[in-house]
Amino acid sequence: MICVTDISKSFGSKKVLDDISFSVEDGEIFGLLGPSGAGKTTLIRILTGQLKFESGDAMVMGKRVSQLSGADKKSFGVMMDDFGLYERMSCYQNLRVFADIYGVDDQAIDTVLSEVDLEDAKKKPVNKLSKGMKERLRLARALLSRPKVLFLDEPTSGLDPQTANEIHEIIIKRKDAGTIIFLTTHNMTEAEKLCDHLVLLNEGKIVESGAPKEMCLRYDHQKSIEVQMKDGQMVELPMGRENAIETAEKIAAFLRDGKLSTIHSKEPNLETVFMELTGRKLEM
Amino acid sequence: MTEAKAIFKKQILDTRKNRAVLIQFILFPIMTIVMSNAVKVDDMPEFFYLKLFGIMYMAMAPITSVSAIISEEKEKGTLRALMMSNVSPASYLIGVGLYDFFACFWGSMLMSLACGLTGEMWRGYMGVIMLGLPISIFLGAAIGIMAKDQMSATSLSVPIMCVFTFLPMMAQFNDTIAKVAKFFYTQQLYLALEDLNHVKIDTEGILIVLCNAVLILGFFILAFRKEGMNRE
Repeated sequence: MICVTDISKSFGSKKVLDDISFSVEDGEIFGLLGPSGAGKTTLIRILTGQLKFESGDAMVMGKRVSQLSGADKKSFGVMMDDFGLYERMSCYQNLRVFADIYGVDDQAIDTVLSEVDLEDAKKKPVNKLSKGMKERLRLARALLSRPKVLFLDEPTSGLDPQTANEIHEIIIKRKDAGTIIFLTTHNMTEAEKLCDHLVLLNEGKIVESGAPKEMCLRYDHQKSIEVQMKDGQMVELPMGRENAIETAEKIAAFLRDGKLSTIHSKEPNLETVFMELTGRKLEM
Repeated sequence: MTEAKAIFKKQILDTRKNRAVLIQFILFPIMTIVMSNAVKVDDMPEFFYLKLFGIMYMAMAPITSVSAIISEEKEKGTLRALMMSNVSPASYLIGVGLYDFFACFWGSMLMSLACGLTGEMWRGYMGVIMLGLPISIFLGAAIGIMAKDQMSATSLSVPIMCVFTFLPMMAQFNDTIAKVAKFFYTQQLYLALEDLNHVKIDTEGILIVLCNAVLILGFFILAFRKEGMNRE
């Protein structure tokens, strides 16, 4: 479990985290969603003991982050953009270095390479890999010690949709195996797809939190549905209690006349919620 | 110790493909063997090239290679990944330092044996080299820690390395330079090799080498305290 209480952190005169509090349950994918510069990476650095903070308290696996031992840190998997790879060495050799540090055997390297689908590239030097393959190797390195907590900082940033999907599948598998996943992203589709619990972060402050679906429903002010006719015409119908009978009758009529093509609810997505709360876009 | 061993192994794997570092380890041994066998001049002191190049190798290879290794790890972010995996700065520096020591030890052994040194002469020669190597390694490590990236490491290490490496050679041709050079550990160790049959360092020499070692260790501690291995 991860528990963060009133954490604040400044770089010089700039406050990058302001009274942040949240908790992450075991076996949960927790997401920090926010634009670049919101403080997501700083929070990961704090939770992994790489960075000190001024006030508040942060506990990971029942221990204060300031008291985490080396053995505790070995039970974390951390994938960050600025954690480099040994470019001249092969995928296997890169993992071999960390396997020696973690004290895991060769079999674990092969297992994790197969998990991220890099078996065929195991002898390939890292400088010959594509960006997507490098990201998968970074993920393999984070998974190598079979971590109890996995910290992923924008794991699919800049990747093509197929590679991103492959990484999502690996993350979901690890969640199913009971790993706590702490994920930062500025991609709302990724957050909606993966996260059980989400915190929206803007300029170092939490602006909203909850399950992605619940969060969207909470900001569904329009409460309407959108109906597309077979001739392409779009009709928006109110969904409130006071309009329930009228809307149901209209839909029934469209169905009877064979005019209806599709029906969609019109609740906002995370981007719209974020825009409403902060006045700025997520994808920055 | 497990972590230091892992770093040591990592360096062996990496150096095989890292030409920039590899060349530091093999350039002087090859040059020494070639020059010793190809250039014969009358009245040239015995083992002239071995003594001169051996000292240059002892200073140059560790300073440039250790600073290059550390600064590259900092620049590429691999050092962050290592520190996050619970490799302590001490384990890392022991791993890199021991690796460099053994690489230079083997290089020195190769060039001395290839030049025909044996017995007491060989032991004396290797003893002097082994005395100087840790000093050069600490100097290289301090530069690597101070530098933010490889470029700044090179611009720091080259002038420092030139001073320590070339002073013994220049001191042979210029008395004024010799007066300055005697305050450097490389020159004192070169003088100790003057007569390979009786390798010895006088009291003044020992004091100068010790002073150099203390100053370089101080510079290393200062660099470590100021920059750390993985500071934001």
